[in-house]
Amino acid sequence: MKFNNSVHLDTEKCKGCINCIKRCPTQAIRVRNGKAVIIKEFCIDCGECIRICPHHAKLPIYDPLPVLDDYEYTVALPAPSLYSQFNNLDDTDIVLRALLKIGFDNVYEVSSAAELVSEISRRYIAENEDKKPFISSACPSVVRLIRIRFPNLIEHIIPLSAPAEVAASLARKMASEKTGLPPDKIGIIFISPCPAKVTAVKNPIGIEKSDIDAVVAIKDVYPVMLNHMSHSDAVLEELSASGKIGVSWSRSGGEAGGLLTDSYLAADGIENVIKVLEDMEDQKFPDLNFIELNACFGGCVGGTLTVENPYVAKAKLDRLRKYMPVSKSRIGDMNPEPLFLQDKIEYIPVFKIGADMKESIAAMAKISELCDKFPGLDCGSCGAPTCRALAEDIVSGRANERDCIHLLRGYIHQLSEQFNLLDSYTKHGAADALSNVSDVKVE
Amino acid sequence: MSKTIKLVYEVTADDFTRAGEASGDVKSKLKMMGVSPEAVRKVAIAMYEGEINMVIHAGGGRIDVEISESEVTVVLADKGPGIEDIEQAMQAGWSTAPDNVRSLGFGAGMGLPNIKKYSDFMDVKSQVGAGTTVTIKVLL
Repeated sequence: MKFNNSVHLDTEKCKGCINCIKRCPTQAIRVRNGKAVIIKEFCIDCGECIRICPHHAKLPIYDPLPVLDDYEYTVALPAPSLYSQFNNLDDTDIVLRALLKIGFDNVYEVSSAAELVSEISRRYIAENEDKKPFISSACPSVVRLIRIRFPNLIEHIIPLSAPAEVAASLARKMASEKTGLPPDKIGIIFISPCPAKVTAVKNPIGIEKSDIDAVVAIKDVYPVMLNHMSHSDAVLEELSASGKIGVSWSRSGGEAGGLLTDSYLAADGIENVIKVLEDMEDQKFPDLNFIELNACFGGCVGGTLTVENPYVAKAKLDRLRKYMPVSKSRIGDMNPEPLFLQDKIEYIPVFKIGADMKESIAAMAKISELCDKFPGLDCGSCGAPTCRALAEDIVSGRANERDCIHLLRGYIHQLSEQFNLLDSYTKHGAADALSNVSDVKVE
Repeated sequence: MSKTIKLVYEVTADDFTRAGEASGDVKSKLKMMGVSPEAVRKVAIAMYEGEINMVIHAGGGRIDVEISESEVTVVLADKGPGIEDIEQAMQAGWSTAPDNVRSLGFGAGMGLPNIKKYSDFMDVKSQVGAGTTVTIKVLL
């Protein structure tokens, strides 16, 4: 199994502090030799370490804007969250036109594909009542989290591609019909609010290969676009193909809104998402139809590649969508099959501590024995986020007992006692010193 | 080297915010130990139901969990009011929960029936005025 992450460490800037190890929701980061290291298979690309790092040492991975030059014909796939970044935006066409002006040859709105996904989701939910509650598959971090930690919930995930992926395959088809160019000359470029999408492209779940060729950051495109945003253009061709339903996918509750059901919950922020999944696993709310989960606060508007405060972005989006039609894109007679995931999502038990039950029992016993030994301060000085995590690391061979500075202090203390003993031995003779020996335990 | 893992949890009466902590902890440990998702689901749901019963009806209590290579045993013991008619209590929908508890979404009369549904073995011993002990086994 291949594991990718979309976080890169600037080792010069990393101070080896405990901020990221403490914040990581899957305890995927350790400080080793003074630098933060990600345990790749644990990482779900939620972006929390990027947000928290006070030294800006955690950098999201994505493609630079000049990637456009690699292709003869490029199609921009703007994420719906892009619209929420601008002040006083009255018309999404202004944004789409600006994308053409900065060098893209065409645009295909992800919000338009999102409306198709909403329509197919409505049908799927109606036809599969027995599998409810349904979990959205749109947030790649959430899907990755479920895959490694909530095996019982995999069957609840709606097996549809995320809107960006659907947009990419439709845009590719459109571009090749329009230009007649071979596939490698066409660049399908997603303008993303989050680096998790980079991983979703490089190492997709449920499909063999992504149709997205490159992922650029909203925060890189934004300043370039600003110079080309203008209301004063004469009436031009209408580019926008999405309405309220499509653009609302960018904020928490938006996808649920597109399902036209009141029976849903929408949770945002990865810790909240985990709480909801835990409760869902215990069947605390079997009666709900739909569970919308977004790793970022506020939904995609809270992604680490955006520029605006997520809640301000949400307010801007609500202003923009006020006079929009409900929806502009429909499935019609299109074959919905390509929108579905081709492969089943498989459970990957990355946190497993033993090859079989016998081994696991021994490992678990060792972990709790170690936990009793540690001070339970969860200070992070050993490089692991908690004492328990250190115990798990030791059992899986990733760390050493003396990585705990408190235990180490105990050893040093003992050692100095031994030196004192040796000292008194030389001063007062063996008999005197040996009477104290029983108090000192040598480990 | 020990052959089983033994875990002990104290359950506090009427503390709804903490209800589910014990079953949640067992759930995460079982997952780490590589127990099949289906067995984890059974233990988690059955134990949670038992735990919430202790919180609501029994004035708290103590849960003993033992994980062996072949099974998980959960013993939920309380010193609560006891169950008068166990057979009746096992009926789906039968409930003594007061309105304030029902309004919180609990007390639907599915507690014991759900424990039975999600366990491979279940035993209820109860004495009115002395307490109840529910034993659950899930085979691995």
